[in-house]
Amino acid sequence: MVISLVEMKRGEIGIVTEILGGMGAAQRIRSMGIRVGKEIKKGEAHFWRGPQTVVVDNFKVALGFGMASKVMVEVERVENK
Amino acid sequence: MSKINKILLIGNPNVGKSAVFSRLTGAKVVISNYPGTTVEFTEGCTKINASRPVIIDIPGTYSLKPTSKAEEVAVRMLKDGDLIINIVDATNLERNLCLTLELLEEGIPVIVALNMWDDTKHKGIEIDVKKLEKILGVPVVPTCGLTGEGIKELVNNIPKARIKKHGVLTDGARWKYIGKIIEDVQKLHHRHHTFLERLEDLSIRPATGMPVAVIVLFCAFWVIRFIAENLIVYAADPFFTKIWTPIAMKISALLGTGSFLHDVIIGKLVDGTVNYTQGFGLFTTGFYVPFAMVLPYIISFYLALGILEDFGYLPRFAVLMDNFMHRLGLHGYAVIPLILGLGCNVPGALAMRILEGKREKFIAATLMAVAVPCMAQIAMIIGLVGERGGTYVGVVFLTLFLVLVIKGLMLNKFTKGKSPEILLEIPPYRIPHISSVFKKLWMRVFSFLKEAVPYVLLGILFVNVLYTLGVINVLSGIFSPIIQKVWGLPKEAIAALIIGFLRKDVAIGMLGPLNLTTKQLVVGSTVLAIYFPCIATFAVLVRELGIRDMLKSAALMIGTAILVGGLLNLILRF
Repeated sequence: MVISLVEMKRGEIGIVTEILGGMGAAQRIRSMGIRVGKEIKKGEAHFWRGPQTVVVDNFKVALGFGMASKVMVEVERVENK
Repeated sequence: MSKINKILLIGNPNVGKSAVFSRLTGAKVVISNYPGTTVEFTEGCTKINASRPVIIDIPGTYSLKPTSKAEEVAVRMLKDGDLIINIVDATNLERNLCLTLELLEEGIPVIVALNMWDDTKHKGIEIDVKKLEKILGVPVVPTCGLTGEGIKELVNNIPKARIKKHGVLTDGARWKYIGKIIEDVQKLHHRHHTFLERLEDLSIRPATGMPVAVIVLFCAFWVIRFIAENLIVYAADPFFTKIWTPIAMKISALLGTGSFLHDVIIGKLVDGTVNYTQGFGLFTTGFYVPFAMVLPYIISFYLALGILEDFGYLPRFAVLMDNFMHRLGLHGYAVIPLILGLGCNVPGALAMRILEGKREKFIAATLMAVAVPCMAQIAMIIGLVGERGGTYVGVVFLTLFLVLVIKGLMLNKFTKGKSPEILLEIPPYRIPHISSVFKKLWMRVFSFLKEAVPYVLLGILFVNVLYTLGVINVLSGIFSPIIQKVWGLPKEAIAALIIGFLRKDVAIGMLGPLNLTTKQLVVGSTVLAIYFPCIATFAVLVRELGIRDMLKSAALMIGTAILVGGLLNLILRF
């Protein structure tokens, strides 16, 4: 299923399917190495819609909540009814 | 190949460009473990065979489409280069290659340095350098900037750098191509989590990150005080009482008390002897303030900061502070310039180039100028106000912190626009190299001595001249309504406010001879911290913000100083 980065759980792994948002923001996110087709691992989610961290390859990136919610990720989850 | 005059060091942020630069040129530059240490280009010379090209260290950028002023510098410089040394973080080859391909498209000769090569081994990364060289079509040299490994090979290979056009690709096609390259040249081996990585997790996880931050800050604070106080008690004070005083007394006898020259050089004698805090002579206070009161704190602060920087803690602290900083109209990354500002506001103001837009810069600059005193000022406040009791020092800093928060909340509300979101790469922890920590410490201490001592002396000379000419008397008459009625200070405090434009440490020191009550001292120190930045910071801020924003910011500073000083005068009861 496809969810946004902010909905991922800590340690969950997924593949980026789409980066929404304007050219500028998407471009910035991509240039940090988060791009479509890339496997990413969710790190931490800070309180009160705080920054989210992800691990891409060998490095960590922190993104603001709004930016993180634009990164769509395919994860394997058993869907609850 | 035509003659190489200008070599550019270009790469992603925090890949070690400055470390390689310092190895190539021997130039002294600040190197830290966080993205955005270098915000301005630095030039140096190196020797390649018979020629001596200029090498330019350029702020890091993720792509040739800049998103901050620091990155703009990189892109603008590109046109002037005859050759590019593309510094690549070997442990993050994939992301770094994007910029490499963009650079190749520019049609300038390129050589690639695979920096942080030593880290690849324990990270389980295996890169086939020869294959990468063949694919890219330009020389690729493994290096380690911090230890200097591979730098010689890099220099030897510079003449082999060449233009290799791969054709201009679209973003998508470029990433696809990179994916293919990585598949061909890189192998990853599984390995276990190291102790440092566990520590990394602890210090950024929301539940444990804050306690870790409190411990780190507490330790840093304790180390700074411990080192500084011991330097003062066991080195600076004995030196001045045992060695400097006898010399000063000899000069005093030679000049004869009462003469203008005596007042300027030795200052007023107190109880028949030289007095370093009250005298205000060039030879006495002029040396005592920078060397015995401020220098110990500069040394201890920059030692602690250097270790935190090199370890890689600051970006994590930035993420933890993100929520709080958003309320002030900034994002977490902005704590880094503010922390640097605690050392000296000038590098703090320069570091604001890592922020994206005008709004953030304006808010950050105003907050720093108003509520972040530099270490020289902090040391003087601790020295002077601390004599009356630690609580009073606490009152000054608590007031400044409250000013920071309230001012930030207001600026966020009333400045048009919205604060952008944080997007920050978090580097791995690295054990700091002792030699690089001390090298950086020495650079910063040296730059303090070079910049501060002449200004302190100038300030003290200025005070003496203004007093003698009667200027202080005239001005104190004009400003006495604010100084006396609003702040409750003696009107002579105007002299400190005037000198504060030049040096804040001297200004705080000038409160010493005024025989103030503790309350007056607290009000005076707080007002001096808030009302205006020193001239060096002012000059940088004008350049960074533009004159219009700076004037707005200055009006806010003066208004805040009048208000806060007045409130303290009303509220405080001691």
